[in-house]
Amino acid sequence: MRRKAISSLLSRVHRHGQLSAIAPAPRLYSTHPPNAKLNLPPQFNKTAYLSHTAATTLANPELPAEIRDTGSTTRLNLYQAVNSALSTALSTDDRAILFGEDVAFGGVFRCSTNLMDKFGSNRVFNTPLNELGIIGFGIGYASHNPANTAIAEIQFGDYVFPAFDQIVNEAAKYRYRGASDFHCGGLTIRMPVMGVGHGALYHSQSPEAYFSHVPGLKVVVPRGPLQAKGLLLSSIRDRNPVIFMEPKILYRAAVEEVPTDAYTIPLGKAEILTPGTDITIISYGTPLYTVELAAKAAQETLGVSVEVIDLRTVYPWDKETVFASVKKTGRCLIVHEAPRGGGVGGEIAASIQEECFLSLEAPVGRVTGWDVHMGLIFEQFNVPDVVSKWNFRAPETTCVYLCADISS
Amino acid sequence: MSLSAPLRRSLLPRSYRSIVPRYPCLTRRCLSSSAAAAAEAPREPEGTKEVPMTVGDGGPGTSRPVKQRPGSDRLVFPGAVNSKFTNRLQFRKYDPERAIDTYRVMDTEGKIFDESHGLDFDKLKDQCLKMYRSMVSVSIMDQIMYDSQRQGRISFYIVNAGEEGIAVGSAAALTEEDAIYAQYREAGVLMYRGYKMDEFINQCFANKKDHGKGRNMPIHYTSKSLNFHPISSTLCTQLPHASGAGYALKMEGKQACAVTYFGEGAASEGDFHAALNIAATRGCPTIFICRNNGYAISTPTLDQYKGDGIASRGLGYGIDTIRVDGNDTWAVYKVTKEAREIAIAQQKPVLIEAMSYRVSHHSTSDDSFAYRARVEVEDWKRRDNPITRLRKFMELRSWWDQDRDSQLRSQTKSEILKTINVAEREKKPPISSLWEDIYDVPTNDQRRQMEELRDVLHRYPQEYDVAQYDGGEDGVVSKR
Ligand SMILES: Cc1ncc(C[n+]2csc(CCOP(=O)(O)OP(=O)(O)O)c2C)c(N)n1
Ligand SMILES: [Mg+2]
Repeated sequence: MRRKAISSLLSRVHRHGQLSAIAPAPRLYSTHPPNAKLNLPPQFNKTAYLSHTAATTLANPELPAEIRDTGSTTRLNLYQAVNSALSTALSTDDRAILFGEDVAFGGVFRCSTNLMDKFGSNRVFNTPLNELGIIGFGIGYASHNPANTAIAEIQFGDYVFPAFDQIVNEAAKYRYRGASDFHCGGLTIRMPVMGVGHGALYHSQSPEAYFSHVPGLKVVVPRGPLQAKGLLLSSIRDRNPVIFMEPKILYRAAVEEVPTDAYTIPLGKAEILTPGTDITIISYGTPLYTVELAAKAAQETLGVSVEVIDLRTVYPWDKETVFASVKKTGRCLIVHEAPRGGGVGGEIAASIQEECFLSLEAPVGRVTGWDVHMGLIFEQFNVPDVVSKWNFRAPETTCVYLCADISS
Repeated sequence: MSLSAPLRRSLLPRSYRSIVPRYPCLTRRCLSSSAAAAAEAPREPEGTKEVPMTVGDGGPGTSRPVKQRPGSDRLVFPGAVNSKFTNRLQFRKYDPERAIDTYRVMDTEGKIFDESHGLDFDKLKDQCLKMYRSMVSVSIMDQIMYDSQRQGRISFYIVNAGEEGIAVGSAAALTEEDAIYAQYREAGVLMYRGYKMDEFINQCFANKKDHGKGRNMPIHYTSKSLNFHPISSTLCTQLPHASGAGYALKMEGKQACAVTYFGEGAASEGDFHAALNIAATRGCPTIFICRNNGYAISTPTLDQYKGDGIASRGLGYGIDTIRVDGNDTWAVYKVTKEAREIAIAQQKPVLIEAMSYRVSHHSTSDDSFAYRARVEVEDWKRRDNPITRLRKFMELRSWWDQDRDSQLRSQTKSEILKTINVAEREKKPPISSLWEDIYDVPTNDQRRQMEELRDVLHRYPQEYDVAQYDGGEDGVVSKR
């Protein structure tokens, strides 16, 4: 749809020829450098972190046996997978409702496309432009009856903050103060997060750390369509308020063979994407794809074997998997787009230090956004890239220990 | 800081004042700046002074006592000052048939209805030409910048189509002393105030001449010299800022006001209510200008609110309110001028709801034909447009004609294209700009991070595109 819109607009531009008087666009606002060897854009059609064939999809051990044995798959991108999970949630649970700004026509990222037509405007609807109202309303609907399911959309993670009070003081504490007689566990809050290359201050943030400090909440970040479909359905059915953060650049970029039938993927479980022996890299969402390239480069040029873990549930996170991995490799690097200070990485590093101290061969490293806001044209310097990961951006720590080890 | 006892007491909320003498320890601990000051706090015997309940509209000297006499036929109480008792049970209903009127000065053909507006148009001729030129400039800039985005020259754009009259008409009624807090569809305010074409374009191209140092998405303008505060993408946050800025002007005794613009969608945010209420209670000289253009992205006003637009809410907060035809630039001018008078002379806020229609897609990220019919847009375009209306007005007075119009348009267009050509070749701001202005002075940790990045850029020069940034790799310097 978007491609059509753009081409029709382009033809309009040609007709008007407004800009024909000036030279062709000298450069696009966001590109990668022509001679780069490491900082190449992730190849989403090749990455091993997405499943490109029905066979690999159906071999996924986390899927239910029926799907693995007799299921079929469909090629979906991330927003279509979200749409599919929402559709399942609405059709299997007649107490489920879906709402948010511009949700009725399909949402600005198209995640709710056709759902109003399918399920009616009493169950899928636009709200007024008010995030605290959206979340408060969802809490009210969900807390009224423990069987109620409220799926709220915040248009961008950057705009969740008006609802911060409702999420932190209400959603997270409802069950505790109501001794489980009352709770809003049926609430799920979806929002697009992370960079897109040109989102600047208010369309690029990664606000997961704010919510990963709040007992009572769960924070989930899928890395692709297959994960999104299963994790979202789990989040919706989970009877705790879940914040489901969708990496917005992956909505269209990440495409994979997704089981056609419904399935869930457990919350609170990390996934080892690449097994390795020398260093563990932990990440979630968009950065995983540059982690993959960095791991490959590290293997090829340094002979380093990297174990890559997708945390998936950022809070409360899967300590068992992480600790076991770090005890094996002895080194760890945590990667996220959010700023370093007070980020999720700091908490993971501290926990590893407490649990795995005797197995550590190097300080735990972090590759993160700097402690800055996302300035529009500086995004390439702020979002962790392949170089910063391959180089492990903290040369005095993880990488140096690693290289010293290998050369000795 | 040590305040005199009476002043300190006068700063306390009234309910505390009666507590103070009764609980001296509370006074000492919580309310005084020092124990010595507490010792001299006046101790009034309990209940000697009755503080009258007062009401007022927030303006100076408007406060008057109220008291309900025994057997009164009405409720007399602050907040419900003159409410008759009744035994008829009747819910007040919103009657859509009796909506607040929409003020107009001229019709869609540019004809003035009558002389009640009190404007001396002959004296306003130069201003009128400036208004018209500003509107045309915005509209041509919009078309070209929109196309620029489509060609990948800039990352994003929002056009003003159909709403140029609201921005320009109101801006013409303001002075440079008035502080502006805008949303994002009010480029006309800047254009009228004298923002230069290269200032607009440098911002959109995020080059080193951009006042915002390349950090913001296109159309998020800022201008210290024009008293135009930096635009935030986060909707409606600027409204309470305008209340506070109005209060600052009040405290300074300035003959100026704060003016804020926002969409009818943004008005659903809590910030809207917070801003109006605090401005009303503190008597802030703040003008709230709502552009009601029928849509918030895809959400039609029918899904946005149920009452009589945004205007009806002003009355609920005790704020002088008017609705105006946003396509009638003279009407917008006139109501803003009056609003400014009220705000400054009477030291209180005013709400203006300007009705228009969002002719364009929401932004370059939007295709509005996914949620509204093409004919709906075409109908509106045919029916009314603020630029055409003002042009007709000028033509009726022989101030304008086709030749002048074509000349203005072609000049503007070539100026814009020339400006783009230059702006596009300009370097980006230095990379250090990523860290600057987060704090007044970067922290040591931030400086270390800059050095870390510089080191990476130095060791992997081919991996980064630093040439387009002013100073390249050397642009990552922490200025001490
Ligand atoms: C707090 C917040 N929530 C959501 C958004 C996303 N958003 C950007 S513009 C917009 C619609 C605004 O509509 P309106 O205020 O009527 O202004 P208009 O675009 O019609 O001029 C929305 C929902 C945002 N920018 N900020
Ligand atoms: Mg609007």
